Amino acid sequence: MTETLLSVRDLKTWFSTGGGTVRAVDGISFDIKRGETFALLGESGCGKSMTSLSVMQLVPQPAGEIVSGQVLLQGEDLLQLPEAAMRDIRGDRIAMIFQEPMTSLNPVLTVGQQIGESLKQHKGLKGAAARARILELLDAVGIPAPQSRIDEYPHQLSGGMKQRVMIAIALAGEPDLLIADEPTTALDVTIQAQVLVLLRELQRKTGMSIMLITHDLGVVAEMADRVAVMYAGQIVEEASRAQFFAEPAHPYSRKLFESLPSMEKRDRALDIIRGSVPSLATEFKGCRFENRCDFAWPPCRDVIPQWHRCAEGHGVRCHLMDEALAATRPNDVAQEADELVAPRSVAVGNELLVVNDLKVHFPIRKGLLKRVAGHVYAVDGVSLKIKQGQTLALVGESGCGKTTVGKGIIQLTRPTAGEVLFEGDDLNALRGERLRRRRKDFQLIFQDPFSSMNPRMMIGDIIEEGMVAQGVGGHRAQRRARVAQLLAHVGLAAEMLDRYPHEFSGGQRQRICIARALAVDPKLIVCDEPTSALDVSVQAQILNLLKELQNELGLSYLFITHNISVVAYLAHEVAVMYLGRIVERGTIGEVLDHPRHPYTQALLSAVPTIDPASQQEIVHLEGDLPSPINPPGGCHFHPRCPAAQPVCKTDYPAPLAVTHTHRVSCHFAQT
Amino acid sequence: MIRRWWPLAILLVWAFFALFGGLLGLAPDHIQLPKILQPPGVDNALGYDDLGRPLWDRLAAGAQTSFLVAIVVVAVSLLVGTLVGTISAYVGGWWDHVMVRVIDIFLAFPGILLAIALAGLLGPGINNVIIALSVVGWVGFARLARAQVLTIKQREHVQAAQALGTVPHRIILFHILPLIMAPIIVEATFAVAGAVISEAGLSYLGLGVQPPEASWGSMIRDGARYLLVAPHMVIVPGVALMLVVLAVNLLGDQLRDKLDVRTRNRKE
Repeated sequence: MTETLLSVRDLKTWFSTGGGTVRAVDGISFDIKRGETFALLGESGCGKSMTSLSVMQLVPQPAGEIVSGQVLLQGEDLLQLPEAAMRDIRGDRIAMIFQEPMTSLNPVLTVGQQIGESLKQHKGLKGAAARARILELLDAVGIPAPQSRIDEYPHQLSGGMKQRVMIAIALAGEPDLLIADEPTTALDVTIQAQVLVLLRELQRKTGMSIMLITHDLGVVAEMADRVAVMYAGQIVEEASRAQFFAEPAHPYSRKLFESLPSMEKRDRALDIIRGSVPSLATEFKGCRFENRCDFAWPPCRDVIPQWHRCAEGHGVRCHLMDEALAATRPNDVAQEADELVAPRSVAVGNELLVVNDLKVHFPIRKGLLKRVAGHVYAVDGVSLKIKQGQTLALVGESGCGKTTVGKGIIQLTRPTAGEVLFEGDDLNALRGERLRRRRKDFQLIFQDPFSSMNPRMMIGDIIEEGMVAQGVGGHRAQRRARVAQLLAHVGLAAEMLDRYPHEFSGGQRQRICIARALAVDPKLIVCDEPTSALDVSVQAQILNLLKELQNELGLSYLFITHNISVVAYLAHEVAVMYLGRIVERGTIGEVLDHPRHPYTQALLSAVPTIDPASQQEIVHLEGDLPSPINPPGGCHFHPRCPAAQPVCKTDYPAPLAVTHTHRVSCHFAQT
Repeated sequence: MIRRWWPLAILLVWAFFALFGGLLGLAPDHIQLPKILQPPGVDNALGYDDLGRPLWDRLAAGAQTSFLVAIVVVAVSLLVGTLVGTISAYVGGWWDHVMVRVIDIFLAFPGILLAIALAGLLGPGINNVIIALSVVGWVGFARLARAQVLTIKQREHVQAAQALGTVPHRIILFHILPLIMAPIIVEATFAVAGAVISEAGLSYLGLGVQPPEASWGSMIRDGARYLLVAPHMVIVPGVALMLVVLAVNLLGDQLRDKLDVRTRNRKE
């Protein structure tokens, strides 16, 4: 455990662009010991991926260039090696897996061929010997029936399986170091749990080191031995996992923890990091975090902070650690925590939306005459209720139909059957002009704020769109005034009206989308994963805004997400979906604290927690989500359920009322 | 840098003669029997044809024909094709099925053959050439527009507009058309080249403008009979045709690079 495998010294990778030199990686140093997991934590654009590409010498040419530094692999400087020698190191001694298993595999080669390529290159294995080794590798990464999988193509595998194949390719060269760049970000939480366990097991067996690049504190807590936090091209803190989670020292690290949503923070606004990451094209004279830091005082602006050791193996780049300098710091002005606006006294209790047995089936057409050959049962009998001024969270893994429920309710996809009663009117029965008029009452916010705005329209026109469409808001000058007011409401300056969407950051774009939805005074907003594409600190800002708006305007939300901690912070009620049906629903406390359905239990336990003290037992689910074209008979969950009984294979369980709000669809919920 | 401007320069010269050729006092039909088949020289520009008419003047007059045909055909094709393709993709359902079949049927015939048949049916003349080429030309635009709209339609900003209750024609006009214009414009430049060639082809077959009016295609046809005696009669209009088509294609390539979203993103 003591031998240092990889040692990076003062690495600088710069990019020359039209707008000057971007210092993507600006002088970072770290060591990875043999057999340990080293996590590089940071938000998007902080340079963490560029660090790993620099180690592999895969920096995009010709814009990028490793300006200085050393990358020592067991004492040998990789930066001095010629390209030919580097090729032997890649895949052989250092292997890499990426975030997107879908695009990292070659779609026209079979799984076996792709693993075999690596074996031939690095181990010189061919023919039967190679095939035997490929089967061994597939087995090692937990792919069932490797004999048949070896000749399949990537599109025949699920996302989790593809990531396992990627890992098998990486393992083929028996590397000393595995660089995993956001290996589970694109995967569902139950699949993520499987992959993380797999990585840990493989590490234990082979003794390789893992360099884990991630933005997820939960994954770090599960996996890492040591953690380095990156901010704007530099490492600002490095510590062992225990030290880091017990007492993060850098103000940025602390803020990351504080901006995480959770159940305990429900009654107050989340802590946010104000401002945004400085452009990496600037030349820094002081601390990079100074403009966003709550503790900043003049030296932070003028003096570049040095690396301070505050304990064995724990270092921080912050002036607060320099005792002589910190003594000059004035006392803190007592800061008042942001209070949330008290909830407006809306008559909570009136049911705004009642959905009964909603079904959305998509026909699959085949042949010249487009005959219906089957159906995708995307939503297959969903019932739910949303009260005025409250939030219902719809939780589930990708492909379970939760987005389709949202679109079905607001009639963007017309449901196949069922009732959507909005204030007592069945929206499914509305047609044409009457439906169009009604649309002002329910709005939608998407996951990707960029693609949900017309890139050729200015912000002012985008927000005004709804008022024009509905013929509300008076004449043009009045509408403009309202747009400015809305922008202020979501925390943007009114001068921004005349800019285009690409000039804004992700968080700002999401605010604009919220303003657009608010423009028509809706009563219900369907939020489809509105924070999944955002960094943690930005997510906190958007969650605060949504909560504030709810308290102020009495809005109801249908919040579609896979992120349990967001649900715990924001929602009043939860419905858990599996394969087109709701398996459990109830209030937040009932479902999150006392889940009855085995799927809910597995889902909740698979979420990585940042509290190292809570060593909860993970309920591992085997396999993947079945296809909604052909759902398993009986209870849809029985093939993966750890508690399945014969009756589960034949009968779909009727919802059982545990309390008057808590309903579970499981034969064994009572016990 | 030279590569950037010379296609544009050639096209400007072409357009200049087409638009202002009438003001230059050209005499494309002036017959001078002593000068029959004279090759290009110092005092007679590009030489004379088999009837003693000045090739330079005829070339300029021919530019007018090809320019008029190209612009009108492409304008009509673009409007009709984009409209049909966009509506077909946006409305979807059985209407879309019917349109796809119609487009497939048009594409199944070789375009120029269909145009020849049509021009033959309608009789020779420049108006009929324009009609024939437009009937064939709109299909390409319709297919391109349909494919583009099908992808743009899935974008969330279109769904957001639908959720706001925006009326369909407004969605098409403001949220879809501006986003598909780039590939359509590129297609239009290539279509100009196609139309110039097709017009020359039809005129060469005698289906285009009628004598004594000049067109590059008919000039080549007249010259073909004297190819061994007076090759300049073919070379002059041939080179003009080649330069214009090459210039249009190069301009199309440049436009495509400029309008392509992917290359633009890379610069940002």
